[in-house]
Amino acid sequence: MKAAVSRAQTKGSTRASRAVKKTVGRYNADPDMLIQILLDLQTTLGWLSPGVLADVSEQLGVPVSRVYHIASFYKAFSLVPRGRHIIKVCMGTACQVRGAPQLVNVIASMLNMKPGETSEDRRFTLETVNCLGCCAMGPVIAVDGVYHSKPTTEDLRSIFKGAR
Amino acid sequence: MTDMNDNRLSSAKQLETLRKTILSKRDAEKPIITVCTGTACQAYGSLEIYRRFVEELERQGVEGSVLETKSTGCHGFCEQGPVVVIFPREICYVRVQLDDVPEIVSTTVAGGDVIERLVYRDPNTQEAIPKESDIPFYKRQMRLVFGNNRYIDPREIDDYIALGGYAALSKALLRMTPGEVLEEIKESNLRGRGGGGFPAGLKWETTRDASTGSKYVIVNCDEGDPGAYMDRAIMEGNPHAVLEGLVIGAYAIGSHDGFVYVRQEYPIAYENTMNAIDQARDYGLLGSDILGSGFDFEVVVHRGAGAFVSGESTALMSAIEGKVGEPRMKYIRTAVSGVKGMPTCLNNVETWANVPLIIERGAGWFKSIGTEGSKGTKIFSLVGKVNNTGLVEVPMGMTLRQLIYDIGGGIPQGKKFKAVQTGGPSGGVLPEQYLDTPIDFDELTGLGSMMGSGGMVVMDEDTCMVDTARYFVSFCCDESCGQCIPCREGLRTLRDILTDICEGKGKGGDIEAIEDIAEVMEDASLCALGGTAANPVLTTLKYFRDEYEAHIKENRCPAEACKALTSYYVDPAKCSACMICLRACPTEAIHGEKGIVHWIDQEKCIKCTTCYEVCPTRFSAVRRLSGEPLPPPPAPGTKVTREKKR
Repeated sequence: MKAAVSRAQTKGSTRASRAVKKTVGRYNADPDMLIQILLDLQTTLGWLSPGVLADVSEQLGVPVSRVYHIASFYKAFSLVPRGRHIIKVCMGTACQVRGAPQLVNVIASMLNMKPGETSEDRRFTLETVNCLGCCAMGPVIAVDGVYHSKPTTEDLRSIFKGAR
Repeated sequence: MTDMNDNRLSSAKQLETLRKTILSKRDAEKPIITVCTGTACQAYGSLEIYRRFVEELERQGVEGSVLETKSTGCHGFCEQGPVVVIFPREICYVRVQLDDVPEIVSTTVAGGDVIERLVYRDPNTQEAIPKESDIPFYKRQMRLVFGNNRYIDPREIDDYIALGGYAALSKALLRMTPGEVLEEIKESNLRGRGGGGFPAGLKWETTRDASTGSKYVIVNCDEGDPGAYMDRAIMEGNPHAVLEGLVIGAYAIGSHDGFVYVRQEYPIAYENTMNAIDQARDYGLLGSDILGSGFDFEVVVHRGAGAFVSGESTALMSAIEGKVGEPRMKYIRTAVSGVKGMPTCLNNVETWANVPLIIERGAGWFKSIGTEGSKGTKIFSLVGKVNNTGLVEVPMGMTLRQLIYDIGGGIPQGKKFKAVQTGGPSGGVLPEQYLDTPIDFDELTGLGSMMGSGGMVVMDEDTCMVDTARYFVSFCCDESCGQCIPCREGLRTLRDILTDICEGKGKGGDIEAIEDIAEVMEDASLCALGGTAANPVLTTLKYFRDEYEAHIKENRCPAEACKALTSYYVDPAKCSACMICLRACPTEAIHGEKGIVHWIDQEKCIKCTTCYEVCPTRFSAVRRLSGEPLPPPPAPGTKVTREKKR
């Protein structure tokens, strides 16, 4: 894992620093917009590397400790590289009473990984989220932002097969 | 009116002229096809349906007979999505598929006939109900705030203006003083829809009177309560109503800067808000000298980054300052010292969306709806084990029973109602004996729950109340910011105890320990989220103590839901060896073949309930057992004994 992280850092460094510069510029280097800047970078880069956080800190004039505090506090940020396909299983109350815990189990056992993990080949990241806000469809999962309502075992097999 | 390069409206008259111009271009007789593209319908493919309508109208050469094809925000009846409504006749088609589109265009749009097959059918009477407002789900609602969603393309400000949008703003800014606006809201007794139910007018007044410097107003759309999505639907479907309310509030308070704080999980709400702000600014409804009144107001949108606790007002304000969204002690209210130490008035999306209605129709009208202490309507997210899940807006004072049975259509599959959970992680569960309670802020609080933001999760006999308490406590445990000990450690200990009970490791004294911890959390937590986090535990304990005791004393989960206490078993006498469960099992734990009775390998079984759910009801061979010994599996190769029915 460590090797993978450092490789990604070197490989992505020019692209990443370009992204930081552009994003910070878009918000006029306003330190109040730190969270918004990190959100955009998370979307663009897929994760926030130590190099990115350091760049943000420098360009905004915000202590790196505060940048880390925020990046580690909020769920939207990832400090490690994530999979190519993000599976989010909704654990909101409505989904909960309609069997979300069982659904997580099924997915976890099908992919042989635990919630919060990224598969070794970086194909999938499996996450549980607190509420996707489409409670009427529960239990619901979102794979790369596409929502699936009440997926059966068969549905799941074909969804995962389609995500290479 | 205005010249080509300047769309700014600088008087009430110009706004009214614009409205008339928009309306004059619309032939009221011509059909409008509206396709719900709220998040749920979108997930069912409604965007493709919308595009197909546009193509199909052209293909059949009838695009001229239609005024418009509109993609709208959420209509509320998410269970039946994708929903298509054809105005002015209000013909409502449910669960529309792509292939239905050509027929709808030729038969209904061009031919004027209703397609029976696509119409909502009352599950009890089988009666087909073509008109949207006749459907029982809608019939008993009072959709004052939410109802306009179905007429509006949220990306088109003209749609909002056509319905009289921004007329309340014009009235407030040009015909009322800030003091009069404030008095109207105070008089209406509008209470905060975000959870606490604090009178909005009083909050506004405190902010106005706090000091003379800058002041801020905030829309809280960080809807974090699991099981609730009303604010999402308003922000996505009718963002101008919220902005209009916000500007009116800012005027009353004397604020010139506002924020909209939107949950990052709601990308469409964010996009539509950004777009609405641009459009409103273009018309001079935001920015400087709004409608020629001399009043200036600007809005900035912030996205949350995924933290439940950031919806708490002090935490949200620190997130707006680019800091970690953690709450602080409220010795001084945010109305006095909020964003950057300045007086700040924060209200929830639904609260702001009520403001234009009150200004336009008056406090007297608003007060005529609802109960003594709770006026107006409330939008609920009616979800869980209920037939008609979706968003419903009802007058305050409607009973839980009316909401769940008359609008919600009762519990699916003939199961028995057990409880309804209101108020999210700060609320509680209410059992059957309170179904006739009128819904209002004070009634629900009196029973140990709360109104909260409007999540209403229905639970049936299959829901375990201890597990429900464990669920909410784990939720809060994950989301606690960890600053104060009562919340951080209290929740952790509660989670451990409740998990033990759910796993059959409960012991005497556990219930008393829970009660002690809950008391300390309530008294000593730093913020309201910690102070109320034990409510789901306390209410389940109050109303379902016997379930706790069954877990602890008999190792039995009465709902047969707790995994550690429940086993799945195929009854050899009932199994027809149909292979359905065997194929559906995700872990291949079920053995057997055609003609050979199936059995479950308990080692491999992950207790996902799939087999129990897919076993055809005419066999009902899969059983759940809790608190009783598991019978041995049948001898290998046991043939089906069940007599085949024809």
